[in-house]
Amino acid sequence: MPNPSVDHPNLTFKASLMSATEMERALKRIAHEIVERNKGVANLGLVGIHTRGVPVAERLARYLKKFEGTQPPVGKLDITLYRDDLTEIALQPIVRKTEVDFDVHGMRIVLCDDVLYTGRTARAALDALIDMGRPASIQYAVIVDRGHRELPIRADYVGKNVPTSAAEVVQVKLAEIDEEDGVELWERA
Amino acid sequence: MAAGLSAVDASPATTSPQPEPRQARPARGRKQHLLDFADWSREELMALLDTTDVMAQVLTRTIKKVPALQGMTVATLFFEDSTRTRLSFDRAARAQSADVMSFAAGGSSLAKGESLRDTLRTLDQLQADLYVVRHPVAGVPYQLTRWTDAAIVNAGDGRRAHPTQALLDAYTFRQRFGGGASAFEGKRLAIVGDVEHSRVARSNAELFTKLGAEVVLCGPATLLPREFAALPGVSVTHRLEEAVEGADAVMALRLQQERMTRGLLPSLAEYVARYQLTERVMRSAAEGAIVMHPGPLVRDLEVASDVADGERSVIEQQVANGVPVRMAVLYTLLVGQR
Repeated sequence: MPNPSVDHPNLTFKASLMSATEMERALKRIAHEIVERNKGVANLGLVGIHTRGVPVAERLARYLKKFEGTQPPVGKLDITLYRDDLTEIALQPIVRKTEVDFDVHGMRIVLCDDVLYTGRTARAALDALIDMGRPASIQYAVIVDRGHRELPIRADYVGKNVPTSAAEVVQVKLAEIDEEDGVELWERA
Repeated sequence: MAAGLSAVDASPATTSPQPEPRQARPARGRKQHLLDFADWSREELMALLDTTDVMAQVLTRTIKKVPALQGMTVATLFFEDSTRTRLSFDRAARAQSADVMSFAAGGSSLAKGESLRDTLRTLDQLQADLYVVRHPVAGVPYQLTRWTDAAIVNAGDGRRAHPTQALLDAYTFRQRFGGGASAFEGKRLAIVGDVEHSRVARSNAELFTKLGAEVVLCGPATLLPREFAALPGVSVTHRLEEAVEGADAVMALRLQQERMTRGLLPSLAEYVARYQLTERVMRSAAEGAIVMHPGPLVRDLEVASDVADGERSVIEQQVANGVPVRMAVLYTLLVGQR
């Protein structure tokens, strides 16, 4: 387990927002909502945004299989090349592979991520997805919506709405990456 | 916001304080250039090959274009003939939505007597972010870095260096032998032919040894400078059989036939007899060994036709890999350097 007080001396822990159990329940609820909204899982595809959106999509796909008997395909999307700040940033983001092995054309795509904040990542993801084909629809699922939108973007499925200040950092931990599940609130020093 | 705490420290104060996916290397004080590999670490070079993988995947999509370099301008300055290199840089820039300006020395004001420096000053007024430069004189790309704030990519300077060719060769090599940071460890590359006049040979020797491979240079005495043997990881031999034996990749260099007139080679027939890559000679190479050629290929001169078209040949992949490698180079030099 990473030790933030050592690895991130500029951040102080404020609160735990979701426990592992609460996160699991929220994801199961989202899976049910996806089934309800789309009347099943036919023609459905899940696309996780690198990094933490990927396990979110994979978990939702597993729940969907459990509830509906069919597992929708899962893709991974790296939005780096679509970011709107590439001309002004000082650090070079590492680009990773986009792996969407199914044809998105005509499908109902559920875009998955851990945190919805400014909406800029979602904007980039929409452009990246549409460059791959023309989905019938794109829906958006996140574990935490922390507010502070800078673009007219909203999520269709939200695990938890959390009012935050700009000085705060929402850390979604997923066992696949962080060795444990949970959502924490940290504050910049 | 697909990132966690791990990126927080590296995150600059942009519009979004939420950690962004940028497990990145820190920006340098100046624009980075690609002149040769002297300033590049093994990790940076490996990262460049990883980025190439991503770019190659972009080129397989229906829409082979991403907006990454939108609003940036790449200028190609070719003071020496080239079709493939210039076109593939052009394509690499456009596939990332950069604008491209082309400057060919032949039809330019240089022919009217303008100095190189004044030409660059004029071009700088057009606000290019990066220049791709090919010049017959070694060191010109380096000289240009002192006259402009733009990034410079060396697309071949004299006999000195041709780094993007070497990168695409290394990428092709890694593609064939599998990913990983140790893809080059314990592997051997033989480079055969006119080593003396070859910037491709120099850049490949520099790159492959830096990535952990061993390099054997092979050619007739008149075309094989002995001083190469002094470089770490590099050996030289005049005997093709010795170079090829156990090699994982054998690269035939283009025989620049204009050299013949200077008496550096006794005859083409003798060169073919001693240095052509044939099926027979390739049999002593390592299992699964590949044959490379930087092009343009003159059939049955440097490489026998059946080898060039055979299973071992990755000559076509080398050409195909030119664009994604150059996309990765442009991305690496232009993004995150402000």
